[in-house]
Amino acid sequence: MNKNVKHGSVWTVFFTLLSIAYVFPIILVVVNSFKKKAYISRKPFAIPKDKMFVGVENYINGIKKTEYFKAFGWTLFITVFSVFVIILCTSMCAWYINRVITNTTKTIYYLCLFSMVVPFQMVMFTLSKIANMLKLNTPWGLIIIYLGYGAGLAVFMFSGFVKSIPIEIEEAAMIDGCTPIQTFFQVVFPIMKPTCVTVAILETMWIWNDYLLPYLVLDIKKYKTIPIAIQYLRGGYGAIDMGAMMGVLVLSIIPIVVFYLCCQKYIIEGVVAGAVKG
Amino acid sequence: MNNKTMKKYFPVFVLPTLIAFTIGFIVPFAMGVYLSFCKFTTVTDAKFVGLKNYAKIFAEDGTFGHALWYTAAFTVVSVILINVLAFAVAMLLTKNIRGKNAFRTVFFMPNLIGGIILGYVWQLLLNGILMNFNRTLTYSSKYGFWGLVILMCWQQVGYMMIIYIAGIQNIPGDLIEAAQIDGANKKQLLKDVIIPMVMPSITICTFLTLTNSFKLFDQNLALTNGEPSNMSEMLALNIFNTFYGRTGWEGVGQAKAVIFFLLVGAIAVVQNRLTRSKEVQQ
Repeated sequence: MNKNVKHGSVWTVFFTLLSIAYVFPIILVVVNSFKKKAYISRKPFAIPKDKMFVGVENYINGIKKTEYFKAFGWTLFITVFSVFVIILCTSMCAWYINRVITNTTKTIYYLCLFSMVVPFQMVMFTLSKIANMLKLNTPWGLIIIYLGYGAGLAVFMFSGFVKSIPIEIEEAAMIDGCTPIQTFFQVVFPIMKPTCVTVAILETMWIWNDYLLPYLVLDIKKYKTIPIAIQYLRGGYGAIDMGAMMGVLVLSIIPIVVFYLCCQKYIIEGVVAGAVKG
Repeated sequence: MNNKTMKKYFPVFVLPTLIAFTIGFIVPFAMGVYLSFCKFTTVTDAKFVGLKNYAKIFAEDGTFGHALWYTAAFTVVSVILINVLAFAVAMLLTKNIRGKNAFRTVFFMPNLIGGIILGYVWQLLLNGILMNFNRTLTYSSKYGFWGLVILMCWQQVGYMMIIYIAGIQNIPGDLIEAAQIDGANKKQLLKDVIIPMVMPSITICTFLTLTNSFKLFDQNLALTNGEPSNMSEMLALNIFNTFYGRTGWEGVGQAKAVIFFLLVGAIAVVQNRLTRSKEVQQ
């Protein structure tokens, strides 16, 4: 027993050091965000003091150059509504195609499975042209694109769950006079809650950080998401403003960390559940 | 269930998803396949040219072969490293170590941060270290390669660790006890009991790391952007640059994308067969 405890504490020390090393890259960015931009590339490991220290200048610069809060707002808008629409529409679709088995519904299911293997590069050019033609190059239109492109995974996950729901529950509701819509929203949907959380987490992680799809679909002169705004800082014109870059990086990481610490339990459970079914 | 009443509800339940799916996937995919046989600059001026685009990839454009090789090497190295590290950490963090939940939290965190952000975070750190040797990440493709490997390990080890932990915790305790009573040493326990029992997790994790690494784009774009002169360019970025970097090459880009899709599909099918066959019945 005594030996075991000693053993344990050695590992605790080891993992503590490893954890510090793990967050070091992020700490480094935070430290550099307070440094004068000329020193960031030349002395990245120096502590910003005296003439190197600039206070929040980098943040102000970064926010101005990227219109950070606008980008944040659009990212939040797109993520929240896309996830909401995906959950609502694909759960309904998954329930229907698993309860009414026809050639059409079977085909839809297999197409959804198939779409999960197709890399985005395969459809990116044609998708962005179609989105343009249909005037879907706005944040509202992007939600429809996300529903379409994200449907595969979501339908697949919901289908896995629907198959495990005993059909008798629904039949009882129907006999009691529920329409299919009432049956779905009052009986089936509440049972699906755990899967909804899983799908919501996987889709949120994807959409919030997605760069290429919104970059190609959105009219980026008018609308930018956070990843687009960051990449935009790099721009085509000579050197990057490292100061502004550091400020915006920190501002983008903070909301993610806060969100993670608040919903950690659900996120980790969601990832495990998603992996087991995928 | 009464199928007749249900069928009337098809438009309500399925149609919204189906329409979006058609716009967002089915039509772009079908058009993509067709356009790979055409010369075009936008989708409306396509002219059928047969297999010319495919021939051009290998005859006139040397970057694709290099990107393919680079991506394959990167995928092999990162899949092995990520899975070995994640499994080792998961084994340790399922033991009775004080603070293990806090450690899990820390290791998982980088997953939630997007590839573009991570690329710039690591660019700062790695360039800072390389500066001492008078090098930068874009000095040669080797630095970009190992930079990307380190970045991907840092990002993905935590995610895979979580899946492995769930797998390890699912092994019934009496199975391990029985093996110990039968005199299995630690090595045998790992090789003959634990690894076969977590095979489903290994299947999932190798699948996820394999496809993530092979399809990597954001991190590649932010960390090196393919520099120096396309030498650290992976397949996804190579396809993107063919489409949007060279006018008149859109058809070639689309043909590359079709090949890319076939490769990803083949990897997915083969990998699934291989590891599934090693899973034990519980």
